[in-house]
Amino acid sequence: MQKDSFFNTLLADSGARWFLGCLLALVTLVPLLNGLVSQDSVLHIPTYAVSLMGKYLCFALLALSLDLVWGYCGILSLGHGAFFALGGYAFGMHLMREIGERGVYGHPVLPDFMVFLNWENLPWYWWGFDSFIFAILMVLLIPGLLALVFGWFAFRSRVTGVYLSIITQALTYALMLAFFLNELGFGGNNGLTDFKDVLGIELQSDSTRRGLFIISALALAGGFVLCRWLLKTHYGKILLAVRDAESRSRFLGYRTENYKLFAFVVAAMLAGLAGALYVPQVGIINPGEFSPLNSIEIVIWVAVGGRGTLYGAALGAIVVNFAKTWFTGAMPELWLFVLGGMFVVVTVSLPKGIVGIQFYRDKLFQHKPKTLPTPSSSEASS
Amino acid sequence: MNQPVLVHGEKILNESILYLDGVTVSFDGFRALNNLSILLEHGELRAIIGPNGAGKTTMMDIITGKVCPDKGDVFYHNQTINLATLDESEIAQLGIGRKFQKPTIFEQQSVSDNLYLALKANRGIWAALSFKPSRPQQEIVEQVLERIQLIYRQNDPAGSLSHGQKQWLEIGMLLVQDAQLLLVDEPAAGMTDAETEQTAELLQEISGTKSLMVVEHDMEFVKALDCKVSVLHEGSVLAEGTHSEVQSNATVIEVYLGR
Amino acid sequence: MIRYLLVLKLVFLTIVPTAWSLDWENALKQLGDKKFAQVESAVKALGRSDDLRAKPLLETMLENKLYQMKHSKVLVHAEGKRNDFKTYDVFTGKELASGVKKRELKRIRVNNRIRSTLKSALARIALDDPNPENRKEAAENLREGDPKEVTPLLKQALLDEKSEDVRKSIRFGLATLQLKHPDPEIRRESLRLLSGSLEPEVKNLLIKALEKNNDGTWIESETDIREQIAKELENIEFWEVVYSGIKTLFFGLSLGSVLLLAAIGLSVTFGVMGVINMAHGEMLMLGAYTTFVIQQLFPQFIEYSLLISIPAAFLVAGIVGILLERTVIRLLYGRPLETLLATFGVSLVLQQTVRSIFGPLNQNVITPSWMQGTLEINPLLSLTYNRLTIIIFVPLVLVTLLVLLKKSHFGLEMRAVTQNRGMAGAMGIRSDRIDALTFGLGSGIAGIGGVALSQLTNVGPNLGQSYIIDSFMVVVFGGVGNLWGTFFGAMSLGLANKLLEPFAGAVAAKILVLVLIILFLQKRPRGMFALKGRFVEN
Repeated sequence: MQKDSFFNTLLADSGARWFLGCLLALVTLVPLLNGLVSQDSVLHIPTYAVSLMGKYLCFALLALSLDLVWGYCGILSLGHGAFFALGGYAFGMHLMREIGERGVYGHPVLPDFMVFLNWENLPWYWWGFDSFIFAILMVLLIPGLLALVFGWFAFRSRVTGVYLSIITQALTYALMLAFFLNELGFGGNNGLTDFKDVLGIELQSDSTRRGLFIISALALAGGFVLCRWLLKTHYGKILLAVRDAESRSRFLGYRTENYKLFAFVVAAMLAGLAGALYVPQVGIINPGEFSPLNSIEIVIWVAVGGRGTLYGAALGAIVVNFAKTWFTGAMPELWLFVLGGMFVVVTVSLPKGIVGIQFYRDKLFQHKPKTLPTPSSSEASS
Repeated sequence: MNQPVLVHGEKILNESILYLDGVTVSFDGFRALNNLSILLEHGELRAIIGPNGAGKTTMMDIITGKVCPDKGDVFYHNQTINLATLDESEIAQLGIGRKFQKPTIFEQQSVSDNLYLALKANRGIWAALSFKPSRPQQEIVEQVLERIQLIYRQNDPAGSLSHGQKQWLEIGMLLVQDAQLLLVDEPAAGMTDAETEQTAELLQEISGTKSLMVVEHDMEFVKALDCKVSVLHEGSVLAEGTHSEVQSNATVIEVYLGR
Repeated sequence: MIRYLLVLKLVFLTIVPTAWSLDWENALKQLGDKKFAQVESAVKALGRSDDLRAKPLLETMLENKLYQMKHSKVLVHAEGKRNDFKTYDVFTGKELASGVKKRELKRIRVNNRIRSTLKSALARIALDDPNPENRKEAAENLREGDPKEVTPLLKQALLDEKSEDVRKSIRFGLATLQLKHPDPEIRRESLRLLSGSLEPEVKNLLIKALEKNNDGTWIESETDIREQIAKELENIEFWEVVYSGIKTLFFGLSLGSVLLLAAIGLSVTFGVMGVINMAHGEMLMLGAYTTFVIQQLFPQFIEYSLLISIPAAFLVAGIVGILLERTVIRLLYGRPLETLLATFGVSLVLQQTVRSIFGPLNQNVITPSWMQGTLEINPLLSLTYNRLTIIIFVPLVLVTLLVLLKKSHFGLEMRAVTQNRGMAGAMGIRSDRIDALTFGLGSGIAGIGGVALSQLTNVGPNLGQSYIIDSFMVVVFGGVGNLWGTFFGAMSLGLANKLLEPFAGAVAAKILVLVLIILFLQKRPRGMFALKGRFVEN
């Protein structure tokens, strides 16, 4: 596949054009309106809003990664939040090590909670996290490895459909229980927090916030392009074949479990990356991120936005989280009703999500004659 | 007439593309296959007939690895490979292709993509990521598209094809897959008379270079195939012979009409 | 016998009070002494006095509520705070005065030694109690007393005692005391009596008897007795292992029973309709809240509240289930993953509804008295009645359900739809009606499960959430649509959790069980009791 032809096809689709265009606008406008416009201006974007948007972008990347497995692979993972949280923890561990002597107990190596628990030495699995590069590698490798091992067992034994969904949910549930334990060495209930800086730059400063926002937007765009490219290749076509008729694909000689596993691992790594970008922007990671409810919320983002489009998933994440921020501020007791209602309405009446609006309109009015496939299309190809 | 092949000379075994030896399978106590033995020579076209529940589809499931036999062996290619130990994708990669009773194609993808998916190539992930059809491969697909008369629909989603066209597309997929042994389950179902005739011609044409096993209910179609026929009944071979021999066989008549 | 004597004495007392009452008065005075030794001997004297008044007096003292009025030196039972004490007559319990200041009172002090003396004195009195239960308890309490004093007492009591049960306790108490007797023959005799008893006190006693003195000699001088004791100890330890195994089994089965109630409905609906109902946990919650509401509505019938709650919870959860099927699930037929999501949304709505009505806090569901307490099978094994009830109750539900499925017309139609929906439809079975009823049935059983759960855990809006994942595991493990599979799945998971807990801790046990299930699915991807054959397709 030549590069320019790939980018041509990437931009051929109006949804993708809009999506990448909006991201580009965000990346340029938001930091400008935050940094250069004076605080009194109407156009000024306060820093907390920049961080909030940065958080939404991380969720968008997470939703995108779920869409890769759900929309294109047919795997409804109800434990996708686990990969996000693991990525977050991996990066949080680096941020903890960065605190160094500035912790409450002033221990040069051990994080505060370990000193509090009277631990003598750093556990082996914390080694190396003082290096930024190592931490970034782990952000990708740990979720990837978990996805590899779990997926290998699950796909090999041909666990599919709701069975698979339930097992993924149990996976994240088990991890949540484990991370709540103090003895595990990840801060137990409180998780990892009180971060000071990253790569020597203060985390709380406006410029760092802007920087994190830009990186999140770029990561989202990168994730989108990567998934698009994957789906454009022959591999992507096989993946769709596996989704639609797995057993048929096997009779064509494809090891379907490996195809699914590859997508699952890629998605887990993207989710881990999203988690790693999320943690410095919200300043905390705790076992609550593993809760099954969190994972299932990701699914609803994708469903609301429209699965199987990638940009729909990202859009859904942003819309739902915006609604969540607003509702939990304005009328918190109503939020669960709204969220619950969203699950029902989207699955029952909007199977293609927000980005399928065009489809519903056509279906509702039926004024346009349906464009039936005609023999004329062969002219173009022969 | 020819008794079911139970004892074979060394020579015949060495020339077999497929040899099922005493295969037995049960589901929850029901014996779908009962000590079934059957032998197929290289390049042979064989029709399999039998009443419902005779074990025809189960036999195909056994050969393609979907079901594991409880007892017995499934030998492929001059008895060099035992298929009973392999899974579906390994068996497919050995060159055994299968067309299902109900046409199963990838409905969301275009007709030509369906063929490219079936095209003989490296089935690994890394190969798939960098796969780009070569000129000869494109030619093969185009030839097959011509042959199955779908070239003018090649860019349409496969789901929009008629039932008969889907059958043909699936046969086309077997062709590009370059399978050595083709298992074809009821290819004529849902076809017009003309299409049925064409299908029979196509299958005859393929045989010789490739081996075929065709399961069919339509006796006219089996007659048109003009090949050796095996009659399955209650999970084992009841009779073998030409179309007319089988049709005049007393036990076969009893099985079909007697009860 | 003693009791009759006492009555005689009482008569005698009223006639000739002088000699007796002198001792009595002295002992009472001595109670206020500064020296504990004096107090102790006073307590002993009072205990021996055979005076009926001794019992309330000593009991008050044991409760630390016996005071002496500083001014009048009268002993009173007093209760209250700093400047507001109420005083009562020690013997009659009649209120004497209120608003008494603390400095007007002097508490009769008690230390540990006196406390045990008090207990044996009371036990001695209680040996004459008309209630055999109390006499039995008294004999058990006396075991800890001073052998020299208690032995003759127990011997006398053994002669008088009629109840075989109490006699056993007394004999046992005697044996315990005689293990310290200087005569080896009596010690051997006592050991024979103790043989086979599993009380922890006996174990401690035996362990102590096997220790060495400070000078390195054995406390127990006779080798054969030492060997016999060691054998007894071994026996006790063996039974400890056995009974702790049984206990684990009991806990495992009770957890399994709860899981079964939670999972059965899930398995039935999944089997018939191929959908997973994520709101199933909320049906448990609704059942538990129904119990709560019933108890609030009929506070006078707490004892029967569970019996009323079972059908009520079945109806409430069943109706909600049918509504859910009619309004949501039917629209998603053939899309299992979407059903899963939509029902999850419903579960959120149900949770929030309950939270809005009842508040976010846990509600207090009362356990009827017949389910409280424990069944003591022997000193090493006691089973709580609430878990026991559930273990008995669950098979009843299972059997009822089995009968319903196998014998009733509805069950026949339901099985037909499970096995081949299209064919059942062709036979004129209205599968949509069966779906709704099945869903109602599954949800209703979960509601009953909620009634059971209300007796074991806190009842709050999140009750369902904590059980739903485990019940899913049961269904996945047992195989779908098969009641026996669900039964074995639930029991194995319950047992596995409880068996692993002592070794790995509760959380690690849960994780381990999950890993084991994933590994198990490698061998049997469709669970333990999966359907096979040509109708099973993807």
